[in-house]
Order: sequence, then C-alpha cells, then structure tokens
Amino acid sequence: MLRQIEGSRAVAETVALCRPEVVCAYPISPQTHIIEALGELVKTGELTPCEFINVESEFAAMSVAIGASAAGARAFTATASQGLLFMMEAVYNASGLGFPIVMTLANRAVGAPINIWNDHSDAMAARDAGWVQLFAETVQEAADLHIQAFRLAEEVSVPVMVCMDGFILTHATERVDLPTQEQVDAFLPPYVPRQVLDPADPYSIGSMVGPEAFEEVRYLAHARQLTALGRIGELGAEFAEAFGRDSGGLVHPYRSADADVVVVAMGSVLGTIKDVIDTQRAAGHRIGALGITSFRPFPIDAVRNALKGARRVVVVEKAISVGFGGVLSTDVAMTLSGLPVPVATVVAGLGGRTITKTSLGDVFEAALGDQLAPLTFLDLNRGLVERELERMALHRRSGPTAENMLRDLGVTGSRIG
Amino acid sequence: MRFHGRGGQGAVTAADLLALAAFEEGRYAQSFPSFGSERMGAPVVAYCRLGEREIRTREPVVAPDCLIVIDPTLVHQVDLFAGLGPDGYVLVNSTRTLHELGLGSLADRFRPERLLTVPATEVAQRQIGRPLPNAALLGSFAALTAQVTIEAVSSAIRERFNRNPSVAERNVAAAAELFQQARQLMTANGRAVLSAPPD
Repeated sequence: MLRQIEGSRAVAETVALCRPEVVCAYPISPQTHIIEALGELVKTGELTPCEFINVESEFAAMSVAIGASAAGARAFTATASQGLLFMMEAVYNASGLGFPIVMTLANRAVGAPINIWNDHSDAMAARDAGWVQLFAETVQEAADLHIQAFRLAEEVSVPVMVCMDGFILTHATERVDLPTQEQVDAFLPPYVPRQVLDPADPYSIGSMVGPEAFEEVRYLAHARQLTALGRIGELGAEFAEAFGRDSGGLVHPYRSADADVVVVAMGSVLGTIKDVIDTQRAAGHRIGALGITSFRPFPIDAVRNALKGARRVVVVEKAISVGFGGVLSTDVAMTLSGLPVPVATVVAGLGGRTITKTSLGDVFEAALGDQLAPLTFLDLNRGLVERELERMALHRRSGPTAENMLRDLGVTGSRIG
Repeated sequence: MRFHGRGGQGAVTAADLLALAAFEEGRYAQSFPSFGSERMGAPVVAYCRLGEREIRTREPVVAPDCLIVIDPTLVHQVDLFAGLGPDGYVLVNSTRTLHELGLGSLADRFRPERLLTVPATEVAQRQIGRPLPNAALLGSFAALTAQVTIEAVSSAIRERFNRNPSVAERNVAAAAELFQQARQLMTANGRAVLSAPPD
C-alpha cells in the first residue's frame, strides 16, 4: 500500500512483516525511531510472536542477537556509529559463527569529534567483519532490502547489514509502497536454522580453532560471501517479479551505457547525483552513474563491466581512509586493473556536510574536462584548515583542534544547509 | 518549503504534515529535518518538497519557494530569507505585522501579496489548549499558496494524530480558523485569493 511515511517507520513495519522472533537493541541516533517503532509493534501485539529485549549496551544487543539466533530464532537489531564500534567484537562473532542476523545500520559518522550526522565511516569500519553490506538509495529500497536481507542471510548463513543514510533516509518522509504480510510470507519462508542449541541434541558452538583449521574456516566464510554475491542478483530479480519494483541487486547503472564519465556512489546521494547528471546530459555531456548496492560482497565483475567503457570514473564517497584516501574507490580501481580508466576520488558529506548539486556539478564538469584531481575534498574550507595550521605552528600548546575550529567559525546552530 | 521554528514547536511535524497532505492529493512529497541535535528552544529547520514526479535530490532546500516561520523571534537571529526568490512566499506566525516585526523592507524585495502574518500561537492556544501552532499554520499556508487544499491539510492532521481524535479535531479546527483568517487578511488587503495552484 502506498504511504507517505518516515524512513525509520517504513523499515520498522517492513521488519515486522519479516516476522522476527527476537528484536534486541540499544537506542542511538539516528537509529532510535526504528527501534522505538518496533518496540511499539511488539507491545501492541501487532508483531507476535516476538520478544523485544531492552539491553544495556550495543555489545549486549549483538550478543543477545547471537544467542537468539543460536537458539533458532530469527533475530534483528539496529545500530549506528559508536554503537557499531562498541559491538564490534560480537559483530565479528556473528559472522564467524555463521548466524543469519539482520541489522540496520543507520549510517552516521564516527567520533572523535563527536558528530551525530550522516556519513559512511561506521559501515567502512565494519567492511572486513564478514557481514554482507547492502546500501539503500531511497526509503523504499531500505524497506525492501530488509525482506531480501533475511532471505539471503538465512539461505547462505551470513549476517546482513542493511545500510541506510542516517537522518537523510531514517528521518525523511517520502512515498513508500509497503508490502502486505501475504507478499512477504510468499517471498520469505520461515527460518530453518542450520545450527541450533537443542537440549535433545546437545553440541557446542564457538570452539577454539587453531592454525590447523582457522584458514579453512575463513576460506569458507569467503566462499559463502561469493555464494551470496550470486544470490543477491537473483533475489533482486525475484523480488522485482514478486513486488513489481527494482530494489536490491548488486549495482544500478544510470544513463551510463555510452558515458564518458561514470560517477560511482552508494546510498542516498545517488538521488542528488542523478539530478545533476540529468542537467549535464541536457547540456550535451555524456555522463552517467553507477550505484553500488552490494558493497560486501563486492561485485567485481558487474562493476568492471559497467565501467570498462568509460573514459574516466569518479567515485563520490562519504568516508575516508585517513592517510590514504578513498575506500570504495580502492575497490572500484581494482576492478579496472589493466584498463586505461583513471579513477578519481571525491570525499564528500563527512559528518553530515551537505552535498549540493552545485558542488557535484562543478566536480563532474572538471572530470568531463579532464581537470579533476585524483583526490578531492568536496567544499573543503581551506581557510579554516590553514588558520588552524597557523595556530599550531605558532604555539606548541595550541589546544584542541576541534574546539579551535568551532571558535574560529563563531557560529553554531544557525546553519540552514 | 522551508520551516523555521524552535525545538518543541513542531517544525518537523509541520513539514511532515504538509508532505502527507500533498501525498493525499496524489502528488510526490519529501520532508526531512535539518538533522541537528535538537533540544527545546534551539533553532530548528525542516524542509518539504512537493512535485509531480519522484523527488530524488537529498540536498536541503537552499532556494525555497516558501518560508514558514513558526517562531517570530528567529527573524533577526537566523538568516531566514537566504535563497528565497523574488516570487517567494513568506508566512510568519505572529500577532504583529511584518512592519512591527522590523521586516517592513521585505515588501521591497518580495511580492507584498505573498507575505502574511497570522496569530497561529494564539489560535492554537484557544482551540487546542496548548501553544502549538505548527499544524494550524498549515491552514494559512493552504490559503496563501493554494499548494494544498484545506481539506487535505485536515485529512493529514487526522491521519497523523489518529490515536488521539480529540487532539486531531482541535488541530483541524485551528487550521480551519487560520485558513479563514488568512483568506480574510488577503482579501482585506486587496489581494486576489488564489483558487488554483500557481504555476
């Protein structure tokens, strides 16, 4: 049914349609509304049977999800930012043990300095944790990906993280087509655990594995992700058939077939990028985009095929590998190895910095004119940076950088963009 | 549309309600807050876009067609009018005129018939029993811009507050009163009352 609905609410109602039997979470912005809504659905009896467990930390949230999954329950949790980092040991355990937990990550920057706004630093910190990571472009896709996530996770025995941009998607209302219970039931069969703690058939889960088999366990984890890679595309196609919408899949090309410049990105910024591309296409430029939905497993062949005809590739990403540059762009560049297609990185939107059509347009025009530097920080306030460098050069005890910069700017809480 | 208020006044809810009203009339709509760590009294900005097809951009509304100022004490604190074009609408919640608010010069920069102040807090206090002007102000917005009908605004309010029908009806009444007040003010000022959405 078509609804005008907040992103968090849409995700919560969709997760409820997936019939989770245990929902455990610790609230953290911007994930809070998802968990509040699910708590409400459990309390009112709309989501039943389901146990909603208030836990004392994110570490407990993931640990309880692991326990629930080991007991044979379909388990869901959600977090963001420092919450993900706090649960990280258990995040690795969930994938290492092969429990098909689904988690929403309401993407948010990682401190310090503390910042509640959106970027992809949290998801990138968990890149190698063994989870499937899917990125949603719209609220609709965020909701739809959860249905596919449970099916994928349980089929392949890998936990799945559905990444949706904090605030930009979690707190936005837009038109969303929410499926019926019958539709979801037809797509998502009941969970049949591959391993379960059963007093009638006791065994232990979580043994210590030494050098004799650790590499093999890890190899199998990699093999399961490669299986997932194949299934993500198939499930996306099956979902489109059943629900009538193109949500999920590995990648989403946009006007890229004949493009000189292809812009690669993940998440909600793709909408803004598409608007800019339409404007530049209308001006006669051959430019297109490639949205990457599946970041882990990374669709090497699909990305290479989509980009190999381009003259230049621009990766716009909301994260930075400090001391190196892009994260996503490293993967993209690897898919193009051996091809004469240069990859430029544009770091944008860190800590919630607005990504404007104007600034994207300038960067894309520079790329079309072969003028774009290998690494660009979008809308970097160079004066602010240089003044802090001067203060640091002038005084040994120049004090905390973040506070100095805020004092320098002199304004907080009055921004419009 | 850009909504300016303070934490606790319902600027975000107002933007959501407007999006819901437009959705109910078959249009595409997007609303979202300014993503601050909001707290009572701090300046808050919320955005709403209406369109005839899917709205893809995620950037904040930097060039609004309409400003809705829920808290008049913001007018000299925040750069409210940034990006507003010469054909823009301004709706301010205040018992005072723009001139009394020190905004008389707005009439030189914008079309005077598109500028309006209405006493939404007072109407809300009387109709709802609490000084919450956000939903009611949308009644005046409907009169001023004709972007949504008052019926759609009422329907959106009822849907949003469906768990508390009494609160919903009091907000609907406040919105209806402010719709009529806005129409009267516009007619009294010799302005044509729009009956259809502008281009």
